[in-house]
Amino acid sequence: MRPSRVFVFVFVTALLSGCATPTASVVPVDSAGTSVVIQGSDTEVQMVANLAEAFTADHPEADMSVTGGGSAVGIAALINGVADIANSSRQMTEEEVALAAERDIDVQEFIVARDGLAVVTHPSNPMKELSLEQIGTIYDGTITNWKDVGGPDAPIVLYGRQSTSGTFGFFRDVVVKADYSRDMRQMEGTQAIVDAVVADKNGIGYVGVGYIKDQSANDTPTLNVLLVRSGESEGASPLDREAVLSGKYPIARAIYQYMPSLPAKDSLAHQFLLFEASEAGQALVEESGFYPMTVEDAAQNKVLFDAIQ
Amino acid sequence: MKRHTPDRLFLNLCRLAAFLCVSILLAVLILLIIAGGSVITWSFLTQTWQHQAIESGGIAQAIVGSAIVGIGVVLLSFPLGLGTAIYLTEYSRENIPKRLIELAIRNLAGVPSVVIGLFGLAFFVHGLKFGSSLLAAIATLSIMTLPWIIAASVEALQSVPRKFRDSSFALGATRWQTIHRIVLPAGLQGCLTGAIISMARAMGETAPIIMVGATFYLTGFPHSLSDRFLALPYHTFILATQHAHPQAQSYAAGSALVLMMLTFLLSSVAIGIRYRIRTRKVW
Amino acid sequence: MRRFQSRLIDGSMSVVFAFVAVLTVILLLGIFLFLVFNAVRALQTIPLQDILLSANWNPVSYTKPVWGILALALGTLIIVLLSLLVAFPLGLLTAIYLSEIASVRSREILKPLIEMIAGVPSVVLGLLGLLFLAPILANIFQLSNGLNALTASMLVAIVTMPSIASLCEDSLSELPRGLRDASFALGAGRASTIIHVLLPAAKSGIAGAAMLGLGRAIGETMIVLMVAGNSLSVPRSLFDAVRPMTATIAIEIKEAVTGSMHWSALFVIGLILFLLTLGLNIIVDILVRRRIHT
Repeated sequence: MRPSRVFVFVFVTALLSGCATPTASVVPVDSAGTSVVIQGSDTEVQMVANLAEAFTADHPEADMSVTGGGSAVGIAALINGVADIANSSRQMTEEEVALAAERDIDVQEFIVARDGLAVVTHPSNPMKELSLEQIGTIYDGTITNWKDVGGPDAPIVLYGRQSTSGTFGFFRDVVVKADYSRDMRQMEGTQAIVDAVVADKNGIGYVGVGYIKDQSANDTPTLNVLLVRSGESEGASPLDREAVLSGKYPIARAIYQYMPSLPAKDSLAHQFLLFEASEAGQALVEESGFYPMTVEDAAQNKVLFDAIQ
Repeated sequence: MKRHTPDRLFLNLCRLAAFLCVSILLAVLILLIIAGGSVITWSFLTQTWQHQAIESGGIAQAIVGSAIVGIGVVLLSFPLGLGTAIYLTEYSRENIPKRLIELAIRNLAGVPSVVIGLFGLAFFVHGLKFGSSLLAAIATLSIMTLPWIIAASVEALQSVPRKFRDSSFALGATRWQTIHRIVLPAGLQGCLTGAIISMARAMGETAPIIMVGATFYLTGFPHSLSDRFLALPYHTFILATQHAHPQAQSYAAGSALVLMMLTFLLSSVAIGIRYRIRTRKVW
Repeated sequence: MRRFQSRLIDGSMSVVFAFVAVLTVILLLGIFLFLVFNAVRALQTIPLQDILLSANWNPVSYTKPVWGILALALGTLIIVLLSLLVAFPLGLLTAIYLSEIASVRSREILKPLIEMIAGVPSVVLGLLGLLFLAPILANIFQLSNGLNALTASMLVAIVTMPSIASLCEDSLSELPRGLRDASFALGAGRASTIIHVLLPAAKSGIAGAAMLGLGRAIGETMIVLMVAGNSLSVPRSLFDAVRPMTATIAIEIKEAVTGSMHWSALFVIGLILFLLTLGLNIIVDILVRRRIHT
């Protein structure tokens, strides 16, 4: 046959065969078996990876994978059906829960830790304290120079996270209460914010307290952790455990994990959650730079555990 | 003399440009070694990743992940690329389908890696339900390497002298017999160089694998093609931008150095083969 | 019988090979169709001028999501132009050196070395940018932060340069010897020959190389992700932080739920990138009647 006729024949065959739909699904999410796929918050990723590492030491048959990317990534993965546990440093919104429900996903919430979000500046910056409202107006772009809040005459360089981040969403909803300034440099992860503010004398950033826990122990800190005051109360530091757990520090939050359904009793996911809530797990949580869950958090988790039994 | 000075200036400018290029390459290597050389130890290369104490762990999983991806990509795209090249050099005539295929190949080569990643995400991960996995990553990266392999194979096959084919036909061989007994053996080494270089470049791609399957913490090694995996470029990226350990960036540089060494190794093998072909093959 | 068998095999093999070859066309078409298919939801819902002419990109806005890609496109533009400004002269002069000035032995060594630059993964360049180039540039220009369009452009120039050099060198070496000989015979020096005779003769190939470099720079993702600063505002100077279109896709695609408006809008950006590079490739094809080149 002449090649050109072959070509036409083949082309048509290929087009037609391309219309056939594939049948088997290659990768069902295996929440009852020996693998747990955890995805989501970058704030949590180090801590959860530490927890997974410790957990696998006791459960060598467990196959865990932990990826960051941001809380929104984890939530999307959950809704898309590709993650067993979504780490999220903010609560899922009603729209997200509804979207999940549309896809037959019954979202379950678990609180694994508490966090204080620190607002940091360069050590050479003389500012020591700011009010919540001031931080909000700085981040929405209304205030652009340090002198407008009592600092030196220098432009403020804003560092924040990307929209994939739960910290991004949480900080915006609780502190900024408006859209961020477009000039804010959206860094890939909390570490990138830390690195940037360490190098930038006019910078300001928000980071989970776990990333700066070494600062108080340092003689020559590389970052300046601002005291934040809200309303009439005096400024509190995120490094102050009492202030964070009691709510005196205004930018405090629970750290969540979401499941697409109630984990099966004694499944790997169930055991992992139990481990996280245990003393050993919570000790690891603190070592990783977070604060342990409060009594109320534990009570909410207990409701979840009871439902599993 | 006045007339020669502007001449000399221009020629020296060109020499300077070439020199700059070489120094950029050297600078990349030297800076990487400075930043990350200290973390390269045997245990770094062979241990699995220890998240809490990154000094005691290593990047074995990332190396293995990258290797599986590289090999998988070549296994998938080499036959397809070689087949296309054979069609183009041995079977097709100068007609519209041939021009169309060549146009498609050139344009495929120009598609940005992130767009290919988008396609891989929509088609392999979600459409074919491969999930975020080694399989999806291999399939996605194969799309990128296909044009490179085709280009290299076409060049290799075209360099096989016409007289080989002519003699074969004169003896009554069919086209396929000529191809698989004469042309392919003669041109295979050249095609393989293309495959090796493509493998090296595929192993260095980051954007597509961010979107289709790479992860940062994994217990052990991937067991099957449907598992997630660690890969050197993604590992470097995360260590550089998102890890809190004070030495994280040195470890990022260390991973990057290992990646570069692998790339250089593969490229040198390819260049070596190409040199051998050029000097030994006398036809 | 044997003759019939071998002719049968021959016939079937030619079908097989034709089939395989057609795969590339199908692949390209498939990519295009998939992009369109996923982008159509956003294209139907959001008015086109809101996408192309608005500089506000905020898919997860506190108030109302907006989908303007102008700031992103300008980010791409500024990085691409800046990097080409450096990569094109560098690539062209290097190509001239390789093709006209270098001895055979130097060329044998240099050509593979330049190819090796193309082999450096862009994540490695991004890392070196983070560790070394950004602080150095911040120091030189007295900036508080070295993550901006300038730093990113310098690194993108490094990845773009080898393709430009390679294509220019091919164009130059394909020129007939007669051109050079005639020019020397008329008494012109080497530099004059190159500048006044060879370059004009190879101008379509060189223009093609520039377009190729342009396409490569447009598609660069990791470098800009790591060092371009990631700010969504419209860039006003070289020292501004930018977020090009490629980085936007890479960052946000994972948080987008499949089928959502955000997902679809990101595919619109992907489609634009695809069409841009397609257009550039077609221009290169017209300019350079070249054999398959990467």
